[in-house]
Amino acid sequence: MHENLKLSRFTVIIGHYGSGKTNLSINLALDLAATYDEVMLVDLDIVNPYFRSSDYTEMLGQNGVRVISPTFAGTTLDAPSLSAEVGAAFDCAGAVVFDAGGDDVGATALGRYAEEIKAIDHEMLYVINRYRNLTGSPAEAAALLGEIESACHLRATGVVNNSHLKDETTLETVLDSLPFARETAVLLGLPLRFTTVPARLAGELSPEPGAATHVENAYPIEIHVRTPWEDVS
Amino acid sequence: MTEKVLMKGNEALAEAAIRAGCRFFFGYPITPQTELAAYMAKRMGKEGGVYLQAESEIAAINMVYGAAGAGKRAMTSSSSPGISLKGEGISYMAGADLPGVIINVQRGGPGLGGIQPSQSDYFQATRATGHGDFHLIVLAPSTVQEMTDYVFRAFDLADEYRTPVMILADGMLGQMMEPVVLPEPKTEFPEKPWAVTGHKGQRSHNIVNSLHLQPERLEETNIERYERYARIKATEQLAEEYLVEDADIVVVAFGASSRIARSAVNKAREKGIKAGLIRPITLWPFPEDVISAAADRAKAFLTVEMNMGQMVDDVRLAVCGRKPVEFYGRAGGIIPTPAETLAAIERLAESLEGGAR
Repeated sequence: MHENLKLSRFTVIIGHYGSGKTNLSINLALDLAATYDEVMLVDLDIVNPYFRSSDYTEMLGQNGVRVISPTFAGTTLDAPSLSAEVGAAFDCAGAVVFDAGGDDVGATALGRYAEEIKAIDHEMLYVINRYRNLTGSPAEAAALLGEIESACHLRATGVVNNSHLKDETTLETVLDSLPFARETAVLLGLPLRFTTVPARLAGELSPEPGAATHVENAYPIEIHVRTPWEDVS
Repeated sequence: MTEKVLMKGNEALAEAAIRAGCRFFFGYPITPQTELAAYMAKRMGKEGGVYLQAESEIAAINMVYGAAGAGKRAMTSSSSPGISLKGEGISYMAGADLPGVIINVQRGGPGLGGIQPSQSDYFQATRATGHGDFHLIVLAPSTVQEMTDYVFRAFDLADEYRTPVMILADGMLGQMMEPVVLPEPKTEFPEKPWAVTGHKGQRSHNIVNSLHLQPERLEETNIERYERYARIKATEQLAEEYLVEDADIVVVAFGASSRIARSAVNKAREKGIKAGLIRPITLWPFPEDVISAAADRAKAFLTVEMNMGQMVDDVRLAVCGRKPVEFYGRAGGIIPTPAETLAAIERLAESLEGGAR
């Protein structure tokens, strides 16, 4: 299904804290690894020390994704510094996903690379979640993007509807979010690039446009970002 | 609003406080609780309240003292090292019988420690938050929903008993996201005839103070406060019991580690080990009645904590030598895994079968 989504070779992921940027970035990177020999996931979050791409470096490495992390990520040293290694991403012959930090504060670090990113053909996807507190209306979600864009000196090129309620996500959760996602995209004048659907629910979708359970441009995702008690091994 | 929204634990703590009528928040940033202050900064102004980033943790807690003394619902939040700094002010609040809510989103210690989750401030919260004879009511949430509900409850308890109340959370709970139903904003509040709001010539002075230079008077205040503590102990103990009824091994865990323990208990049951879980919700007053009752039936206890063994002392006091009480924990910001917790349950089960009971 997602073969049709035509993922860009350079994708920048931005959004609200907790909108699901990291989980989406991991899914995108793993999918791109099926197409490209070389895939990099650049963790640009220098604000939040928990639940970040760098926590998944080992799993991603085993699946052909190289993770570039802030210098002190995961060391419990609360020092916000970016690695010079990030520069390597712009010479990558394969695909690169940039996972920015949340909100305008988290996206500030992205601004350091604004000129480099503008110089290459890229997509910048704004991740929205209807169920997140304070960004649950199209107007709120649209307003936050303005703050993020002025912090990182880059413009979003598309919207990703990642509306979910973690493990309580049902097909209705996704379907009920579609009007919000469309309206937010219209307000922003941006295309709604795709809507994520937990892989476990993807089979329940109808492929027929117009059907009640049809989701246009559905992107099935696995849930990688979990709390430790969900470790079932 | 009954619709579920997705919130970070730290945001839920802040939003619930606003809905509980808190209009005075004084804080100082520290990982991993900073989102709480950031959320307050965004929301408090819109609610006509005060968000103030103080010059230090010590200043922040004393601002809470001031707002609480004037009869307002006030809160501060920090993480472990910051709570140590607030210790003096918390003791002053207890000494002046002031209500207020203090949030500790714990990180590893001692010293500057780390920024990953921990439960190593259990002793500090339940024994020695500051100098002098006093207790705080301490509530330990284990989900983002409970972060919301317990903050709401904390303000009511604080007013009812005129005592500071602490929410003892940890970095994992603060940073993780879960769906929550937010409570309706509170509109009715208890009268505070003791508050220092200006007597306007209509009544005698109200005094909020913790200094009593006459030992007899100071002893009197201590005795009165301990009578109140006895009432709290008798009525406010709270714990959740899970599969305890027929359990041979009762795991005792609070907060984030109780979620690990619950997974491990389920796994143990699948393997035929009769395990159960008691999750203390109030850490002070400690739910000793529930633990003591379980000690009549269970063969052994295992506490699971993100520290070197602190709550285990309270479990031992409640069990009072009747059954063995073992401890399993990880420290420094490491969260025990369900698998290693299960292994600890299995070791205990084997030792019981070995006849050493």
